[in-house]
Amino acid sequence: MMPTEDLLRTLAPQVLGAVARRFGDFSAAEDAVQEALFAAAQRWPEYGVPDDPRAWLIHVASRRMTDWLRSDIARRRREAAVAVDDSVEPAAPEQDDTLTLLFMCCHPALTPSSAIALTLRAVGGLTTAEIAHAFVVPEATMAQRISRAKEKIRASGEPFRLPTPEERQQRLRAVLHVIYLIFNEGYASSVGETLQRRDLANEAIRLTRALRAAIPDDGEIAGLLALMLLTDARRLARTGPDNELIPLAEQNRALWDERAIAEGVALISDTLPKGSVGPYQLQAAIAAVHDEAESAADTDWPQILALYDLLRRMSVNPMVELNHAIAVAMVHGPASGLALLDSLDGLSGHYRLDAVRAHLLEMAGSREAAIDHYVRAAAGTTSIPERNYLTTRAARLRSSPRPD
Amino acid sequence: MKYMLMMNTPRGTGDYQISQWPKEAFKAHIDFMHRLNKDLHAAGELVGGEGLTPPGQAKLVRAGKNGAPVVTDGPFPEAKEFLAGYWIVDVDTPERAYEIAGRASMAPGGDGKPLNMVLEVRAVMAAPPPFDG
Repeated sequence: MMPTEDLLRTLAPQVLGAVARRFGDFSAAEDAVQEALFAAAQRWPEYGVPDDPRAWLIHVASRRMTDWLRSDIARRRREAAVAVDDSVEPAAPEQDDTLTLLFMCCHPALTPSSAIALTLRAVGGLTTAEIAHAFVVPEATMAQRISRAKEKIRASGEPFRLPTPEERQQRLRAVLHVIYLIFNEGYASSVGETLQRRDLANEAIRLTRALRAAIPDDGEIAGLLALMLLTDARRLARTGPDNELIPLAEQNRALWDERAIAEGVALISDTLPKGSVGPYQLQAAIAAVHDEAESAADTDWPQILALYDLLRRMSVNPMVELNHAIAVAMVHGPASGLALLDSLDGLSGHYRLDAVRAHLLEMAGSREAAIDHYVRAAAGTTSIPERNYLTTRAARLRSSPRPD
Repeated sequence: MKYMLMMNTPRGTGDYQISQWPKEAFKAHIDFMHRLNKDLHAAGELVGGEGLTPPGQAKLVRAGKNGAPVVTDGPFPEAKEFLAGYWIVDVDTPERAYEIAGRASMAPGGDGKPLNMVLEVRAVMAAPPPFDG
């Protein structure tokens, strides 16, 4: 990232917070700040960064807001005072509006894709073009998505302030989910995709760090940050030279990012004993067990199984049930895992069920049945790298010597 | 999630039936499609879409010797139906893609009544799911 770009992304939420609070209009302020960021991106590399870049951006965005308000008033042909709330001072540099902005962008009235787009622009400081590029849609489409999201927020009438303490927990869950989805987009697409998409995973980690700075004592925020660090640490090992997927057990662990693992492990070790354990913390703990194993064979599966047992009690999630069945198979043998799969409701026909069944059948030495389920899973996935992985798996078994 | 919505029409003579429709019916059909596209764009869901020239203008191409293309002119009697146009939409749920397809299916025909045509909806292949292990 260019130094200017880095600085602008960091300043974006601070500037937006200050302008939104001053004018009391989040949607318009968001547009004004985008224009100010654009002006800075054009100007600063050539003329140098101003002494107080934050003040410069607030000034430019505020002037834009005032222009709009004036022309709006002129258009309506009526006398009205400019609706600036002078009683509220612009934020002091140490005041952080990131939290308020995140709550705003992850508003319950928005669909996940709208909340993701708005969060990346308003809090992440990405341009519409960058977001459109990352999601491989036309820029005009992404611009519409963002502007419609802002219309919905405006229509909800929510003022620019933190939600009430009663609402806070539920809204925080929505924020964490949106950040989790952004990470997934970036991480999942590190296969055969552009750098810009990979940047989404970094962006999600950055947003979670900012969130954690605002609420340092929340266990689930720490858990999500640890989960992303511990997962992202395996990024380089996760694909081969032809972008093919490499499963955890076959990854070259020397390629794992030790620093990210150390940070993630320290974070989750520090957080878990504090109580109020949630699903992100447990998933992070599971990722930590994997990351700390010297080799796949050294993996502490009983520990992972215990963590999945806790996780199952916390949330009803068929994917957790699948992973739990794998852990059972690793501890008690493939027959136990397969028996659990038979009892899984709500997943019948899902390719992930076929994929897991295929793996466990392969473990159990049921060659023909494993091939059959690999092929079924390959036909069911919508992911090209995964389809290739499953197809290769089936082909490898077919050409392997038949066990007696 | 991205979906491709494919609008198929019977092959017929190699021309679209629409060219035989009364002026008002033709206009109503075109207006309907414009409105649909405008709404999809306004919702931030439209990734792309095109209408295609009639089957009579289609060519079948395959590689001949040395990879040089061998071109056969349409229409093709063996084809039962023909792709007339498509949309690619980016939506939050498959149900939303079906809803859009259902609306497209309602496009008015030559008698002004909904055509009730069949749309084929296919998910676009994407990146793999994250979080292994």
